[in-house]
Amino acid sequence: MVNECFNGLREGLDAGDLSSEVLTRQSLEIMAQRDADLGALATRLEETSLACARKADRRLRQGERTPVLGLPFLLKDNLALAGASLGHGSRIGPIKPPFTATVVLRLMEAGAVPVAQTRMDEFAMGSSGEHCASGPTRNPWSPDRVPGGSSSGSAAGLAAGYAAFALGSDTGGSARLPAAFCGLSALRPTYGTLSRKGLSAMASSLDQIGLMARSARDLASILSVVAGSDSGDATSTCLPRQDRLRNLHVMDLKGLRVGLPREALGDGLAPEVRRLMETAVALLASEGAVPVEVSLPHSRFAVDTYFLLNTSEVSSNLARFDGVRFGTRVPAADLQDTLARTRDEGFGPEVKRRILLGAFCLSKGFYEAFHLKALQARTLVAQDFQHAFQQVDLILMPASPAPAFPLGSRLEDPRAMHLTDLHTVPQALAGLPALVLPAGLAKGLPVGLQFVGPAFSEVALLEAGHAFQRLTSHHRCAPPLPA
Amino acid sequence: METRWEAVIGLEVHVQLRTRSKLFCACANACGGEPNTRTCPVCLGYPGTLPTLNDGAVKAALALGLALGARINSVSGFDRKQYFYPDLPKGYQITQARVPFAEGGWLEIPGDPSARGSDAPIRAGLVRAHLEEDAGKSFHEGPWTLVDLNRAGVPLVEVVGAPDLRSPLEASEWFKTLHQLVTYLGICDGNLEEGSLRCDANLSLRPAGAETFGTRVEIKNLNSFRFLRQALDFEIQRQSALLSAGGTVVQETRGWDEKAGETRPQRTKEAAMDYRFFPEPDLPPLVIDAEELEAARAALPELPAARAARYRAAAGLGADEAATLLQSRAFADFYDAVAEGSGHPKAAAHWMLGEVSRLLNQRGTDLDGLGLKAGDLALLVRRVAEGTVAHGSAKEALLPALLAGEGGVDDLIAAKGLAQVSDPGAVGRAVAEVLAAHPQQTAALKAGQTKLRGFLVGQVLKAGQGRLSPAAVNEALDALLAEGRDG
Repeated sequence: MVNECFNGLREGLDAGDLSSEVLTRQSLEIMAQRDADLGALATRLEETSLACARKADRRLRQGERTPVLGLPFLLKDNLALAGASLGHGSRIGPIKPPFTATVVLRLMEAGAVPVAQTRMDEFAMGSSGEHCASGPTRNPWSPDRVPGGSSSGSAAGLAAGYAAFALGSDTGGSARLPAAFCGLSALRPTYGTLSRKGLSAMASSLDQIGLMARSARDLASILSVVAGSDSGDATSTCLPRQDRLRNLHVMDLKGLRVGLPREALGDGLAPEVRRLMETAVALLASEGAVPVEVSLPHSRFAVDTYFLLNTSEVSSNLARFDGVRFGTRVPAADLQDTLARTRDEGFGPEVKRRILLGAFCLSKGFYEAFHLKALQARTLVAQDFQHAFQQVDLILMPASPAPAFPLGSRLEDPRAMHLTDLHTVPQALAGLPALVLPAGLAKGLPVGLQFVGPAFSEVALLEAGHAFQRLTSHHRCAPPLPA
Repeated sequence: METRWEAVIGLEVHVQLRTRSKLFCACANACGGEPNTRTCPVCLGYPGTLPTLNDGAVKAALALGLALGARINSVSGFDRKQYFYPDLPKGYQITQARVPFAEGGWLEIPGDPSARGSDAPIRAGLVRAHLEEDAGKSFHEGPWTLVDLNRAGVPLVEVVGAPDLRSPLEASEWFKTLHQLVTYLGICDGNLEEGSLRCDANLSLRPAGAETFGTRVEIKNLNSFRFLRQALDFEIQRQSALLSAGGTVVQETRGWDEKAGETRPQRTKEAAMDYRFFPEPDLPPLVIDAEELEAARAALPELPAARAARYRAAAGLGADEAATLLQSRAFADFYDAVAEGSGHPKAAAHWMLGEVSRLLNQRGTDLDGLGLKAGDLALLVRRVAEGTVAHGSAKEALLPALLAGEGGVDDLIAAKGLAQVSDPGAVGRAVAEVLAAHPQQTAALKAGQTKLRGFLVGQVLKAGQGRLSPAAVNEALDALLAEGRDG
């Protein structure tokens, strides 16, 4: 039951036919059964979840209603929950924040039930879920393939029916890519829509919390609870028309101008992905939508731009893991050696690679050539979208050039791994909202498409997504149960 | 001929702002207390915490920028300055590296005649002023380093002076003037010992008359006016000896060893840090719009320099008297109230600088602690000036009674019988009695020994226990002396 869309669960809970405790126990049971094989979880929150569930049931009995009241959810191991350890998928040692992330807090205040913290690529760096100190997560659709990263555990766990929805983080696609690989719907909101307070920073100017669920409509319900400015995040802001998220309309697709970026739909796309994109466009057109070819000429610089900015900010944000206050100290002869050994033994290869690259990009004499240039390129990438949105209402593009790849196949080739994010970094650079929706299966593997909209167009994006999902059933497909 | 070296000095001063809370979190900004008690996840650098700019610190910074005559940037930004140190929890300090909130401006100080040949005032420029957060404090005890993060995140304004100063005296005048300004504005408690103002000095020497600068040495942490002068004096001696002997100065950072009375090298340029600055992504740009700037300008008090000029022009005070009245804003405000209330600014100044200052010193308190109301002192000054009460009675009897809270000025004059006597009949009798008691002196005065007049007037006033009007006494004396001549 817990692996259904919200509306069924909501009816059951609100009518009293179902209880949050039953749902939560079901969630705990599925996790106990499946996670030894799947490897999606960092920490189960058994006591917390049952206490929250019972509280939710009391509120339900008292007649209280919220879009997420009583619904179990997963949270990535980089989102603060007061009193719970945060491991960040790293060996460097957990931290125990004395506060709860604003988004998590808003969900819990609305009665949602956190059931587990999920595995992730170390400090959210990675596209496969393989850069996790406690081991890789498998894709429930195909156990020898990656679930996508870095919110690997949230996506794999949700797809395997662990909960009703999940939180990830999306810096350059870390929520959208695994959602696409695991056949889920996911939203990266406009930068600033969700407070970053309590999300351990990877690259602050790009980080957003990502929402994962089984439909655009579910995403709208979650967003209605968590969106909005927060005094704890000076870059957070209000979402216009937030009130329209609770009873999401089905968008009338007639006349909707759908932009098809030449660059994203050209060479380099796996044929089966291209086929599913074409099918989706044809379906939208049959409902009166108008496909328009657009160009995002600077998107070919997006991955390089993204990694220059990302590594710079990573080198800064991870400085605090030095063994003084954060990170398990590895004592050595003097301060310098203690810092160096703590970091050397604590961080994995991808994290070290990015810290080194970032420190180099920011160093004297290189800042102008690298970081400053990347900031300029970022502006150009954003301007491409602005130009495109003068012609179209939303942009349709693949979430990834190809479906999930086999475990281990890109570990030795960081460049190939980084290029997995080809279609998810441009929106992150531009700070734009992007909605990933299942577009069908290719050889048994899910393929995701993306709707990208102008800043703060979440309501329209989700209404369009809802309309698309009224015409398709891809989002209702669940991975096969293990034999 | 031996080369004469000219010193070129510029100061950088960190001003700790006296705000209620820290720069980026709600923790109290205060001194003392148990270590690590004024901390929260934000200033401890917990992952997932974000800075929120303290509006009070921005207001204080704006006041300082405007008071320094600086140009306020409508858009400035924050940057991360990165280095590893145990008392820097995030691994970076949030500062304004690229665009500070204020640029330009100056401080006016007297020139040093020994360096410039005149003490005519000079305007020593400012390069910039920027907002930043303080780090924590490290204490090294044996093999251990203990870290106190109470200070981490306390707001600072770093004021960077231009290399416009030419002697240690000018440097210390500049620092003193800045100190006076920030305490006067109420944005800093001015406590040098506790590091509320921390001064670094940049010094280079060049042959007198040269246009280009010599090699610069930075002396860190000169936290008193005296250390600043001593360190600069020492460094000028050291560098000029080195240069005169044909040597070269190494660009480096030095520290002042107050016990040894010398500067010592700390870090050379080769070992200089690369702070890997980049724009702080967690804070939006700091935007000061025209309205906010106007409000800050309107909220600015009359500045010390303007106020001193006003005192000299309007009250006819000397430069030293004006400066003493400006020892603090509260003192000057009190004086203004007394000057205005009494209608006698000069007499008010003399009371403030005389009896009031004496009482403050004697009791070791400030104006609040003294418990004197400006309105009462103003009325007292007026009654003295009008001749209602004699200066002596006002000082000896009226002021102590006011401080003791025994009543209002006029009530006390009446109740204590302090009203000055200027009735010609009564005064004339008192004068006649004194003249009669001192026949020799009276005769001598009549004979032209005018210096005896003071003695006799004094005797009359003394006999009248300070209540007789001196003017009336003099009049009566003239009258009696004239009578005698006629007779």
